[in-house]
Amino acid sequence: MSLGSGVVLLAAGQMNGEVVPARAQMATTLGFHIILACLGIALPSVVLLAEFIGLRRNDETATLLARRWSQVMGVLLAVGAITGTVLSFEMGLLWPGLMRRYGAVLGLPFGVEGVFFFLEAIFAGIYLWGWKRLPGWTHFWSGVPIALSGILGAMSVIAVNSWMNQPGGFTQRGATITSVNPWQVYFNHAALYEMPHMILAAYMVTGFVVAGVYAAGVLRGRRDRYHYEGFAIGFVPAAILTPFQIFVGDTAARAIARDQPVKFASMEYVPRTSRHVAEWIGGVYANGRVYAGLKIPDLDSLLVGFSPGTKVTGWDSVPPAERPPVVWLLHLCFDVMVGMGFLLLLAGLWAAWEWWRHRRLPKHRLFWLAGALSGVAAIVAMESGWVVTEVGRQPWVVYRLQTTTAAATTNGGVLTSLTLIIVMYAVLGAATILILRMLARRWRAGADQETAVPYGPPPSLPGERASQAES
Amino acid sequence: MADAVGGILLAGITLYAVLGGADFGGGLWDLLAGTAQRGQAPRALIDETITPVWEANHVWLVFDLVIFWTAFPHAFTAVMNTLALPLWLSAAGIVLRGAGFAFRKEVTRLALQRVTGAVFAFSSLLTPFFMGTVIGAIATGAVRDDASHASLAAWTSPTALLAGLLFVTACGYLAAVYLTSEAARRGERQLRKYFLRRAQAAAIVAGALSLATLVALHGANPGLFGHLTGRALPLMILAGVCGLAVLALLTAGRTKGTRVVAALGVSAVVWGWGVAQYPVLLPGTPVTLTNSGAPQATYGALVVVFGAAIVLLGPSFALLFSLQHRRMLR
Repeated sequence: MSLGSGVVLLAAGQMNGEVVPARAQMATTLGFHIILACLGIALPSVVLLAEFIGLRRNDETATLLARRWSQVMGVLLAVGAITGTVLSFEMGLLWPGLMRRYGAVLGLPFGVEGVFFFLEAIFAGIYLWGWKRLPGWTHFWSGVPIALSGILGAMSVIAVNSWMNQPGGFTQRGATITSVNPWQVYFNHAALYEMPHMILAAYMVTGFVVAGVYAAGVLRGRRDRYHYEGFAIGFVPAAILTPFQIFVGDTAARAIARDQPVKFASMEYVPRTSRHVAEWIGGVYANGRVYAGLKIPDLDSLLVGFSPGTKVTGWDSVPPAERPPVVWLLHLCFDVMVGMGFLLLLAGLWAAWEWWRHRRLPKHRLFWLAGALSGVAAIVAMESGWVVTEVGRQPWVVYRLQTTTAAATTNGGVLTSLTLIIVMYAVLGAATILILRMLARRWRAGADQETAVPYGPPPSLPGERASQAES
Repeated sequence: MADAVGGILLAGITLYAVLGGADFGGGLWDLLAGTAQRGQAPRALIDETITPVWEANHVWLVFDLVIFWTAFPHAFTAVMNTLALPLWLSAAGIVLRGAGFAFRKEVTRLALQRVTGAVFAFSSLLTPFFMGTVIGAIATGAVRDDASHASLAAWTSPTALLAGLLFVTACGYLAAVYLTSEAARRGERQLRKYFLRRAQAAAIVAGALSLATLVALHGANPGLFGHLTGRALPLMILAGVCGLAVLALLTAGRTKGTRVVAALGVSAVVWGWGVAQYPVLLPGTPVTLTNSGAPQATYGALVVVFGAAIVLLGPSFALLFSLQHRRMLR
């Protein structure tokens, strides 16, 4: 260890050495879970859409897609349930300072979420395992509560996050919470834009991921009804929601300029409070200037207040200790999110144009390439946006009330748990993807029956099973 | 109002124990079921009975954590700080159990089924064991109210370790009793006999461990022991009677009603602990239900949430369990 890093570590130790690994661990586990959360929120709706089309139009392809997606949903809901539980533990294990002071406030939306998590799990048990014995429309309706509780549960979790950005609905005397207004906690100032923004993000991620899988198949020459339909059932709803998401995001950015000006200043490179603020596209902020960025004069002021003379608050409005670290990361993440959003909008417009003119999906290879990448793009956009909202709130965990350092555990060993959790989640993620790919391979081989019995000698089925008997 | 929320938390713990606990117990019997060939039938029954319900049963844990940190944040953070290690290990058990169980269904190669199945079965022991040490540590008064650091000694006392073993066995006991009834209902005579023997063995071991834990607690926390054998005595007697009744019914070859009696017995232990500790949350500290960091309005809101939960979840759970009972979900 060099002397320099030793000094840095020493300094960090004085301010609580566990806060960096604790943040890294929260970022790892939440960054992983948030993808599964998106799929958990919106995949039930996509599966139900396919089942609805299948039932309504007697469309066997759609029904087959719904059945297979529901098997995928089974795996993803299980992984989402356990990674979500890890986060519940981490609230206490990594952030005891936060929970000790504000548990009685931010716990309330979590309590509401618990009820919807229950409903989701109960009806998932019925829907996922009821395909064989429940009649068609009964089965369809047994899935509707999953989709609804996904949305309502997401609202509750986002209520907590937005409360951390705009805390309210309680009174505090010293370190003691003296009263709580649950309604104001749940529907706090930031909830009104964070809730639609995140739920739309979940639907976009899910729709584009589903579309991406089938677009990749089309690119590999699997140009059949099954693949086109699988693509369309994911792509069309996601593409329709994209412009709404851009509108909500734009509204949210303006609200953040008002409610959390320092976060906004970091997102947009506004060092000093001023008028006629320029918009930077890309670029890295260092040593008081922006390198390699595209500067558009007056645009930031225009976006914030619809006039080039609008005053925008800069990060000089607070002392350096109250500004988020690494502004360039915030700015670039914000740009990546917005950029991905517009690229996805373009893909949707292309499909809409082709449909309007020719009543078919575009034939150009570039479109299918874009389609295949749309899932990744949506995930990247969503993760970037999450970095913006979380890193942008730093150094606060509860905006202007509690610092992240004060919230973090003082227990040693977070570095160990962080290492172990990275290994465990890497294996978990790899195993999940491998298993989904294995399912796809089995489906292409024409075997839809799931294994009847764990561990047992398999029931006689062609294909993959034959090799097993030999081994 | 705080008392009501304490009751809600205890009810949540009870439901996690008798529903989620049995799912972990299924993992224990899966682990002990032997080779692929020999263990096929019991494993199939375990798998089929856990599959549609484990996630819903698991949510009780999340629900309990949320109630705990919302209503009693000071006690919650003290527990989280002191018992970080067993809690991390419980969480690891939850991840591995769920992943192993979900993945085993989707793989077809025997080797992969073995690996995922072993992960499921082994990790099914981790969570109840370490949860048991957590409860044991709390009961012995090893969690200080101002704790800011983890303590190894807190959860490695004889009482805490015995509680861990007791939890594992109790889960196995519940699972074996449920599985015996299920096998009987399906007319699977071989399996019925198989699980009946295991239920009897687990009942005896669980009974012995309960007494051993009680004896250890007598030394570790005489105050709590006094309340357990004082005002909580009726519940302790009820737990003992339930255990003996299940054992007697099984020995007589009867399975009808054993599920309910076994669950009642385990619930009596949970409530006995609650009654004995009341109103103290962390024995040996002044932290009680009313002074653990939440205002009145929080309790009120949680009672409303729980009321809504009963209205929404009661019928939903009834639907899930009745469909499973009628074997509509497979």
